[in-house]
Amino acid sequence: MAVKKRKKDLNFFERIYIVEILKGMMLTLKHLFKPKFTRQYPEEKYVQPPSYRGRPVLVMDNGKERCVACGLCSRVCPALAIQVQAAETEDEKERYPELFEINMLRCIFCGFCEEVCPEEAIVMSKDYELVFTKYEDAIFGKDKLLVPVEQLKDRLEFIRAHR
Amino acid sequence: MPKVTIDGIQYEFNPGETIIEVASRNGVEIPHYCWHPRLSVSGNCRMCLVEVEKMPKLVIACATQAMDGMVVHTKSEKAVKGREHVMEFLLINHPLDCPICDEAGECALQDYAYRYGTGYSRFIEEKNHKPKRVKLGPYVMFDAERCISCSRCIRFSKEIAKADQLTFVQRGDRVTIETFPGKEFDNPYSLNVVDICPVGALTNIDFRFKARVWEMSATKSICPGCARGCNIDIWVRNNEILRLTPRFNEKVNDYWMCDHGRINCFKFVNADDRIDGPFVKKESQLVLVNWDEAVSRAVSELKRFKGNEFAVIASPFATLEDNYALLKFSKQILKTNNIFFIPHIKPGDQDDILIREDKTPNSTGLRLLGIDVSKNDLSLETLDEKINSKSIKCLIVVEDDPIAVKPELKNAIQNLDLLIVFATNKNKTTQYADILFPAATYAEKNGVFVNFQGFVQRIRPAVATIDVDRSLDGLAQSRWDKFGTEFDKWARGRKVNARSDWKIISQIANALGGKFDYDTSEDVFIEITQNVKELANLDYETIGELGYQIKSSKLIEEKILV
Ligand code: SF4
Ligand code: SF4
Ligand code: SF4
Ligand code: SF4
Repeated sequence: MAVKKRKKDLNFFERIYIVEILKGMMLTLKHLFKPKFTRQYPEEKYVQPPSYRGRPVLVMDNGKERCVACGLCSRVCPALAIQVQAAETEDEKERYPELFEINMLRCIFCGFCEEVCPEEAIVMSKDYELVFTKYEDAIFGKDKLLVPVEQLKDRLEFIRAHR
Repeated sequence: MPKVTIDGIQYEFNPGETIIEVASRNGVEIPHYCWHPRLSVSGNCRMCLVEVEKMPKLVIACATQAMDGMVVHTKSEKAVKGREHVMEFLLINHPLDCPICDEAGECALQDYAYRYGTGYSRFIEEKNHKPKRVKLGPYVMFDAERCISCSRCIRFSKEIAKADQLTFVQRGDRVTIETFPGKEFDNPYSLNVVDICPVGALTNIDFRFKARVWEMSATKSICPGCARGCNIDIWVRNNEILRLTPRFNEKVNDYWMCDHGRINCFKFVNADDRIDGPFVKKESQLVLVNWDEAVSRAVSELKRFKGNEFAVIASPFATLEDNYALLKFSKQILKTNNIFFIPHIKPGDQDDILIREDKTPNSTGLRLLGIDVSKNDLSLETLDEKINSKSIKCLIVVEDDPIAVKPELKNAIQNLDLLIVFATNKNKTTQYADILFPAATYAEKNGVFVNFQGFVQRIRPAVATIDVDRSLDGLAQSRWDKFGTEFDKWARGRKVNARSDWKIISQIANALGGKFDYDTSEDVFIEITQNVKELANLDYETIGELGYQIKSSKLIEEKILV
């Protein structure tokens, strides 16, 4: 067997290591005096850009959901996380979701639901803190999903700009 | 025979046929809205424009008769452009309602806009506004904005349902559909307009907003509402039937079904009063027990009686297989000929379209097996006397409700020593049962019904019972069924603990020393074909999707067939 030749042979100083170790320690020392960028989560929170995809939420406009229960989000969802049951309403839009549930254990935060929605009724929020202790808690109903439109302004602007 | 060339291929035709008829008979698609094979030609939607050589302008295929040597192009540039323009006009005033419209997913306007439209709109003006949510009749809701004025609904009412109840009013872009003043759209076939309306202008109030069409699975079956046995599709989501729609069968129901069938013939399957699991009477209370206990109780109780102390009521609502097993059970195990069925005739409720007086799907099948409405002067009329005089001590009722038909029977039934009932839902008779077996409904089992014309037709399970698995047992599956797990609410629909009658009967019979060696309902059917001459050599595959017609002059003479 031929002896493998190294691509680059170490020179004498490299081989005694001491110089290299000192170099490494210098770097560490330099960083000690540089400004820190560690975030003190959870005391200090991250403020996401509008492009961030947190948990999907339903847009609440004038105290009601915009959603017309068309079921497109439910159909497109690759993880089958969304269940929608439509019912009739006296409102002009005729149809509303009697039941709207997202199983947050299934959701993969892909944002397809937001993309397909014809009513801009479901958008990706900035909420990423999802902790549950029971399976049932992971299924978010309308109570947890509805978010006033004012809080979702920047995301709505973002999706309009990038349509 | 004269020949016409469509898109380069020659087709023979019968003189008088239109281009669209020749094309559709040969599987060439010419898009159309107003044309329907069973309705008169109206020619108003203009969607079926085709180019015919030597004709100066595009012609509509639905109103142009084919002529010998005619050369038709459906895909030429001129034809394609023509269709695009028609599509554009149709969409000008069509609202962007798809997200709330029940038709979405099975809408011809959606499909054709996708396939034959340009994909964008040049119309930026305000769309036309018309009334939405107009209740035309008890079952049909009308949305005037969505209507493309094809007039199919008007022609259907006049020509097929023979109830001239709809008409156009106004003209131009204000045209809309109305019933005559003070009248409702309420004929017995009204809901068929929902199927033939190419858009979502007419919707079924009973099904409105219940589900999107792509969420359901469809199973080919037969309506149990009357002796016609209309071919239907059963639409199921999460193990619950949400609607029935007619399935084309030229010789039985054509494209149609009646409103009674569509509205009333599935709700009992989902109902809360289903018998869920076997019950036996303990201290005058019906108590839920397991199958083994119920069967062994039936076995030991049945041994107390013999021969003509039994009476058996067969069921024209149950399949041929169920009734055959019951007949064999009576003859071989109980050793009695006391088996009859209760007729359910509603005199006068019959027409020349579909509806039959006989409100059961399988009485012809029962007669074919040799079961009739009376036997040895035993029938529903004489049953109470015979019970009261103690000549009949044990009664077995399968899928029927004798007390509902004849209320006076109530006292006699309580004089019985043993009453065994097989029922799908609670009824007036079930409460008196000593042993109550839960029967699967027509939507939960395999089997055949024989209609009044002698069509042997298959029913197939659309809803899973407790011991059925949608995928392992080959039931139709929607996307939700395929991917749902036990943790998903939308895949946890109720499953009733019920079985086909033939299965329960076989289990009892085998415990009493019989040889009822069946694994599937087809095994029972094959045995029937060996015993019933008219059905010889049939099997489920030969019956197929459109049924097999028994032709027998003897049966017509005996008034079993018409
Ligand atoms: S983000 Fe993706 S996975 Fe989550 S609910 Fe929407 S479509 Fe489904
Ligand atoms: S796609 Fe939008 S409108 Fe349709 S059901 Fe989902 S959230 Fe509602
Ligand atoms: S309601 Fe439907 S079937 Fe009737 S004319 Fe309008 S589009 Fe045609
Ligand atoms: S005509 Fe009879 S079989 Fe047909 S849909 Fe109506 S009830 Fe059912």
